[in-house]
Amino acid sequence: MAKVIVVTSGKGGVGKTTSTAAIGAALAQSGDKVVVVDFDVGLRNLDLVMGAERRVVFDLINVIQGDAKLHQALIRDKRLENLSILPASQTRDKDALTSDGVAKVIAELREKFDWVLCDSPAGIERGPAMAMHHADIAIVVTNPEVSSVRDSDRIIGLLDSKTERAMRGERVEKHLLVTRYDPARAARGDMLKVEDVLEILSIPLLGIIPESQEVLKASNVGVPVTLNNPETAPARAYQDAVRRLRGETVPMVIPQERKTLVERLFGRRVA
Amino acid sequence: MAFVITPEPPLAAWLIALKAQMTRAPGFFDGRPVIVDFSQLSPGSEGVSTLLTDIEALGISVIDVENIGEIPGADPWKRPLVGGRPGAVVEIKPREVAKPEPPQPMPGLIVEDHVRSGQSVLFPKGDVTVLGSVSSGAEILAGGSIHIYGTLRGRALAGAQGFGRARIFCRKLEAELVSIDGFYQTAEDMSPDVRGTAAHIWLAAGRIMIAPQK
Repeated sequence: MAKVIVVTSGKGGVGKTTSTAAIGAALAQSGDKVVVVDFDVGLRNLDLVMGAERRVVFDLINVIQGDAKLHQALIRDKRLENLSILPASQTRDKDALTSDGVAKVIAELREKFDWVLCDSPAGIERGPAMAMHHADIAIVVTNPEVSSVRDSDRIIGLLDSKTERAMRGERVEKHLLVTRYDPARAARGDMLKVEDVLEILSIPLLGIIPESQEVLKASNVGVPVTLNNPETAPARAYQDAVRRLRGETVPMVIPQERKTLVERLFGRRVA
Repeated sequence: MAFVITPEPPLAAWLIALKAQMTRAPGFFDGRPVIVDFSQLSPGSEGVSTLLTDIEALGISVIDVENIGEIPGADPWKRPLVGGRPGAVVEIKPREVAKPEPPQPMPGLIVEDHVRSGQSVLFPKGDVTVLGSVSSGAEILAGGSIHIYGTLRGRALAGAQGFGRARIFCRKLEAELVSIDGFYQTAEDMSPDVRGTAAHIWLAAGRIMIAPQK
């Protein structure tokens, strides 16, 4: 039974696309058939983060409008053959997403794949509404700061009222993914604590992804961070999140500030 | 519809003229209720004391008089509207009185979940009870009191339709704004002593009062 996941946040720039790519790749690494769908029509980025931008021929809008068949628009990942991407159109806008068209595409993807990951655009208008409409599971990506938390809260409200599941009287399974968590700033109290975020949003925690240069590096080379360097802290955090998504119990570790030997020596000398 | 006729002195001539008009147009007054206006007459006018009976003798049914002033005999003058036949006396048996319905409790609204940012709960009819928290950017508007079992981070507007006795209770006060009967207080004006406490909010002499729950 295929699962449709929406990766959403309300606020922009919190790491939806990066997380979609990383989680999609981590799911695919265990052999499941996975597709990541870019719903950010007009501002597509998932193709870049996945390193597929040079192979885009048809896109989601072409499929919705009947100009192309779904299999023509799907791009197979070069590293994992069971991972595909359905890119968004860069030349159109969100109005091109029709309810019927999206419903048809999602239904078709459900037949072909085990996991359908929808990368939602920011905001609360048509784009995000379309991306979340068919979701069984929502991954709410939040940075530990107040505006991101409040926007996520708004999105959770919409997930509980505007999705197909909500309209049927069911619930969308919701998970919180805290990204760009900076242990140093958390230690100084410059950032919301994870427990504060959890208290406000009151949905189960899927994972805490530490702020890291590795994420940026992976994006720049067009490889999901979980594939680029699986041993780095953010890659491991994403892998743990995916195991929790599958229902495994993995102990949650709040990233701590790690000092290098030089920093420790330096710190001691100053003290 | 009732006609108003205004007799003018001398009354003998006026009555003759009225009778003449009735022979020209028989049935004109049939069944019509007539009001007699005495405004043109004075107590001394000749024939004024018998005027009403004279008019009735012509077959006109007078139901009322106007502007009678000091004129004797015209007051009281209340006649039945139609016919004036004596009515049968009907004894009305006391009806089986249905047992009064037990008073209905005022309906309250219970919200079982969190109220998320951007959501509004509007319930002008009565109290609102929220079992979860009310997020920053969310809003509860109640005609009666508001009870929040989680944290109040958004806005709570109680007694919104002019009910000053409404109150607000919350397990933890982090509100952006609270209001009772149109009087409001923003987070900025709240005393730091009550922030984060289980709070009880009411209105006293046009001022929002906030105290920790005992």
